[in-house]
Parts: sequence; C-alpha cells; structure tokens
Amino acid sequence: MSAGVLFDAPGPKARRRHMILTGVGVLLLAAVLWVVYKRLDDKGQFTAAMWKPFTDPELWKEYILPGLVGTLKAAFAGMIGATIFGVIFAMARMSQIKPLSWAAGVIVEFGRAVPVLLMMLFLYGALTRGGAEDIHAFIATVTALVIYNGSVVAEVIRSGVDQLPKGQREAGVAIGLTDSLTLRSILLPQAVTAMLPTLISQLVVILKDTALGYQVQYGEMLYKGKNASTIFANIVPTLIVIGTIYILLNYAISKVAVLAEKWLQNRGRVAEDSAQGGGPAGGVTAGVATVGAPGVDLAVHNKQL
Amino acid sequence: MSTLFSDYDLLSALWMTIKLTIAAAIGSLVVGTLVAVLRMSPVPMLRFLGTSYVNIFRNTPLTLIILSCNLVLWAKLGINLADSKSPDFFDTNNFRLAVVGLVLYHASYVCESLRSGVNTIPLGQAEAARSIGLTFGQSLREVILPQAFRGSIVPLGNALIALTKNTTVAVVIGVAEMAAMLAKVTEDDPGLLNQAFVASAIAFVLLTLPTGLLVGHLGKKLAVKR
Repeated sequence: MSAGVLFDAPGPKARRRHMILTGVGVLLLAAVLWVVYKRLDDKGQFTAAMWKPFTDPELWKEYILPGLVGTLKAAFAGMIGATIFGVIFAMARMSQIKPLSWAAGVIVEFGRAVPVLLMMLFLYGALTRGGAEDIHAFIATVTALVIYNGSVVAEVIRSGVDQLPKGQREAGVAIGLTDSLTLRSILLPQAVTAMLPTLISQLVVILKDTALGYQVQYGEMLYKGKNASTIFANIVPTLIVIGTIYILLNYAISKVAVLAEKWLQNRGRVAEDSAQGGGPAGGVTAGVATVGAPGVDLAVHNKQL
Repeated sequence: MSTLFSDYDLLSALWMTIKLTIAAAIGSLVVGTLVAVLRMSPVPMLRFLGTSYVNIFRNTPLTLIILSCNLVLWAKLGINLADSKSPDFFDTNNFRLAVVGLVLYHASYVCESLRSGVNTIPLGQAEAARSIGLTFGQSLREVILPQAFRGSIVPLGNALIALTKNTTVAVVIGVAEMAAMLAKVTEDDPGLLNQAFVASAIAFVLLTLPTGLLVGHLGKKLAVKR
C-alpha cells in the first residue's frame, strides 16, 4: 500500500525510531483524551446524574428511538428516491434526443451545485406558506436529499456507462437492439453493478445529510436528542450518544461498500476463469472486471460530497 | 430584487459565505495534511490515530459537529474564540466556532484526498528512485511528492467545492451567511422566497462553477500520464 511507496522496509535503527514514535503517539492520544475528559469532568459532565437519563426507558422511547426512526425513514426514502431520480436522469442525459439530454444535464448540474440545505429551506418555506404541518418537514428533507443525491447518482451511473468497453454498446446495436434498449438492457445493468460500491457509499452521505433536517425541525435524531437534552439538562452526554450512533451506522455502511467492492473483484476473476461465454451473466461480470478499479477512485471522490 | 439587497443584505451574506470558505479551506488543508502524515506514517500507532480521526469525523454529520462546537466547546467548556467585551462578540465567536467545526470535518476529506493522490503512484516509481541511489528525502522530494500532489488536485478541488456548499450548515449556530438569509426571508417575507432562493442558488453556482472548471482543467493538464 502507500507505506510501500513512501517507505523502505525498516532496519534496526528505523525500528527503534518507530518504537519511540509509538510511545509518543500513545502519550499524545492519552494527553488529548485526558484534557477532554478533565475539562468535561470539571464542568460536571461525567457525574452519574448526567448519564442517569440514559437508563430511563422514557428517554429512549420518547426521543432517541423515534429520532432514529425519523433519521432512518428519511434516509431510506431519500435512498429510494435518489436511485430512481438518478437512473431516470442518467438515461435522459445519455439519450439521443438533444433537448432532453440538455435539459437533464442542466437539472443534474444544478442539483449538484446548490447546497442541500438551501434546497431544504426553500422547499420547507414554499410548502409551509399556507400553514405548517408535520409532514412538510419530512417532504422538504427528503425532496432536497433526493434532488442532490439523485444528481450525484446520475453522474455516477453515467461515468459507469462511459467506462464500459465500447464493444458492449456496439454488440447491442449489432444484434438489432435500438439505442434505448441497448442502454436499458445491456449498459445500465453493468454500470450499476460496477458502481455498486460507490452507490453504497453515497448512502453514508444521505444518512449524514438527514441531520440537516434539524434546521427545518424535522424530527430526526439530532432534533429529538436536542429536545430531550433541554428536558434532562444533559446536552454533552446526549451529543456523545447520538454521535456514536451516527458513527456506528455510517461505519457499518462503509464496511458494506468495501465488502461489495471485494465481492465484485472476486466475481470478476471467477467469471474469467469459469463462466466462458455463459449467457448474460458472463457479459456482466466481464464488464465489471474492467471497470472495477476506476470505481474505487470514484468512490473516494464521491465521498467528498 | 432590490429589497433582497437592501433589506436582507444579500451581498454581506455572500461575503460571509466566502469568508467561511476561505478560512475553513486554509485550516482544513493544514489539519488534513497533518492527519494524512499520521495516516501514511510507517508507525502502526500513528496510523491508527490518523485512521481513527478520519473514521470519527467523516462519519459524523456536519450539523452535529458545528452544533457541538457551539453547545459544548463554547457553552459548556467556556472556550471563547473572540473578545467577550467587544460589541459583536456573538457574531465573531459563532463565526470562529463554525470555522472550527468546518475544519474538523473537512480535514478528514483533505486527508483522504492526499492519500488517494499517493495511492495513484505505482510502487515501481519508489523502487526506481531507491535503486538509482536517492536517499529517502530525495526520493520523496524529487519523485514521490510531485506525483502525489498532481494526483490529488482533483479530489482536493472536489473537497473545496463540497466545503463551499457545506458552509451553509453554519446557519445552525446563527452565522449570517446565505442559508441564514434564506431562512430569514422565509420567516419575514415569504413573498420574496422564490427570488431569494434563485439569487442564492445562482450565487452558489457562480462560486462553485469556476472552481470546478479550474480543477477539471488543472486535473487534465497536470495528470501524470501512465
């Protein structure tokens, strides 16, 4: 890995230096943790009373679990919506009909350039003009997530199709399929499979961005947790607990993305060995084998967003 | 449109967004480089520190981080980042707290961008550098880092664009930037909402489009052909 490019295998001197640096690292970590702990403890944030509410089922039943459900609901709806939006707009942008592809391009670029929060605030403001209802916050949160992440997904799928071997499209046209049928039945399935890890890591973005719903008073985990903390007067422990839940969820999703990547790589290799011209499955995996590596790069880029 | 400029001070909101972007970009470049050095060091313990930083901050929502900066760093720990006697204490303090939050969050992305730049270098480059007798420092300076830098331009540029857009999250602690302007219009003058949204959307397109084009151009021009 990178250590291979940057450093030689360590000799005796370097190994001694590494031991010292390890010690420094441990001390540094301990010092930082101690300072944070101490300062919070001085303000009484680690007294039993601050953490007691977490043993109270009411807190979980009334606030944290409903908040978690709210977060997951918005994330799930956002994910489904973004996938549908992404596939439709990717197809529209790759269409042969120029005005359609141009319009789709403008919408996708707009969706990627405008911050999610601005869209959310605008949608919420527009929806609540005639009086606010609970459902408005949910609609605003999910719609903004769908527009932004759907645009990203559309671009991911489009670059997935771009990376497929040219012969795939040519073969489709050669056996007499129309352009759109070639796209739907040959190119898209391969592109989506190849881009699966990237698409899964986009889920992390969606899940994190549900927290923006806080600003339009959507009942997600952060909003509910903040409400709870005003009742139990324990903002620091609450933020720590909520942050941990987010980290665990997102970390799990990233791990699934890595697994999907490994699975695709293995599948690619297996296909070359055993599935010689074996129906449509053989075609799909052959495509995957070639585009698997660029997908890794893209995954890194897209996590930025 | 004119009320948008006079009553809601669109331009100063835009200026605030730009200030947040520049301050956080510089900060996250510094912190992110340090984390990247940790994450790519040959010492497992330091690598663990860097990896933990990235895993923690990349998986936490920015809203939560910025909110914690205000509610924990300032309100509970009493860390003042501005002169508490000055008349615009709250504005300055919240601005700086927002910058701290943005830096903590985006440093993890800067780290990953730099790392992906290093990962584009084939192992043979380092081996070639060693085999012609370059020392560790020389091979880093002459062979590895120039290529790593060129390889990370595109991801770094994408991180900058993401940062520009993410400055809007500073509204949760009341920094008067574009999203705060839009929220204020929603509350006070719903009739202006469409105009305000279009104006702020155009502002963001104007902010991110040149960066995107420049990054794309530089990325193509400086890419190491392999």
